[in-house]
Amino acid sequence: MMHSRSVQIWVGLFVVAGLAALLMLSMKVSNISAFTETEGYEVSAHFENIGGLKVRSPVTMAGVVVGRVASIGFDKDSYEAVVTLNIQNEYDNIPEDSSASIFTAGLLGEQYIGLEAGGAEEVLKAGSELELTQSAIVLEQIIGQFLVSQADKE
Amino acid sequence: MLDQLQKLGATALGVAERLGRGHLFLWHVLGGFPALLPRFGLVINQLFSVGVLSLLIIAVSGLFVGMVLALQGYNTLVDFGATESLGVMVALSLVRELGPVVGGLLFAGRAGSALTAEIGLMKATEQLSAMEMMAVDPLHRVVAPRFMAGILAMPLLAAIFSALGVIGGYFVAVGLLGVDDGAFWSQMQAKVDLHEDILNGVIKSIVFGFVVTWIAVFEGYDTVPTSEGVSRATTNTVVHGSLAVLGLDFILTALMFG
Repeated sequence: MMHSRSVQIWVGLFVVAGLAALLMLSMKVSNISAFTETEGYEVSAHFENIGGLKVRSPVTMAGVVVGRVASIGFDKDSYEAVVTLNIQNEYDNIPEDSSASIFTAGLLGEQYIGLEAGGAEEVLKAGSELELTQSAIVLEQIIGQFLVSQADKE
Repeated sequence: MLDQLQKLGATALGVAERLGRGHLFLWHVLGGFPALLPRFGLVINQLFSVGVLSLLIIAVSGLFVGMVLALQGYNTLVDFGATESLGVMVALSLVRELGPVVGGLLFAGRAGSALTAEIGLMKATEQLSAMEMMAVDPLHRVVAPRFMAGILAMPLLAAIFSALGVIGGYFVAVGLLGVDDGAFWSQMQAKVDLHEDILNGVIKSIVFGFVVTWIAVFEGYDTVPTSEGVSRATTNTVVHGSLAVLGLDFILTALMFG
């Protein structure tokens, strides 16, 4: 083999470059904080209709992401959707009577849950349920209502 | 009629036999891996020829693929006023598909063909038989280090490809096309997932590295020991390696993102 020292240096450089590329991909390109987000507490909420909400959709308060949707289920008794929200531990002073609504980011954007603070002294804890909810706006229903109201006028 | 049938049967038997030999060969070579660890210098020498020498073509291709992706993506996205998503588009296409796949194709062409030619010539000049005469197992001494080097090098090469592609895309998008710097990175970070996208890309590249190197060393080892045989084996490596990468990519994509 040719000069084994320079071969080893080159291979070392190659490995460093490869690992640096992996590091750059995970730190700069992807959101590595996705790992730490799992540390939070879970609260649930019933919605009549969740529209296009998905697991891992953001949960925001005043536009700031405070958590993610952990799971989506179906309540067989009330025929409603049960959404479990994972809220990060640092936001531990959200009033218990806060309301949750499903909004759409932009006209065609993805759907997310917006929380609005209530006025209660009690705060949300793991296992609490948000009582006040507002369903997703389904565009077809609104268009349907609009057409019906137009027809009534005439 | 019977002759045709016989020909078909012979071909099928040949293919099955070759597949069987390939798997026995793989089993034998993998058996040589534990013995390599105390003599890792052998692998390092092969990492040089498989990895370091492939670096230039991988780096240049990655950079240019990223730049072209940004240019082409911009033309489409500008119609919807969504040029901020250019970073997402470039990063996702590179990390999920182009890094492992184009990296794998280049790897088959650059490193795979060299491996086949080297081992094939060793066989044609009876160096492998000479080793066997000295009670040295050529599968452990010659093939195993090359195989391991290929498996180790491919994920690193694919990562370098993707990373340089993102950087190339960044220069074109922000420097040339005037996309907002902050939006480019923040949208990318919001949409690219470490598990879903980057880890799956790395898994793909490991699989491709394994399969391409396997085909390359087996073609070399199983070659007809003539100059014509070596040349055919080298061509086979590139063709079969590339086809394997493309076919496996479809299966892996369907499993991972389907």
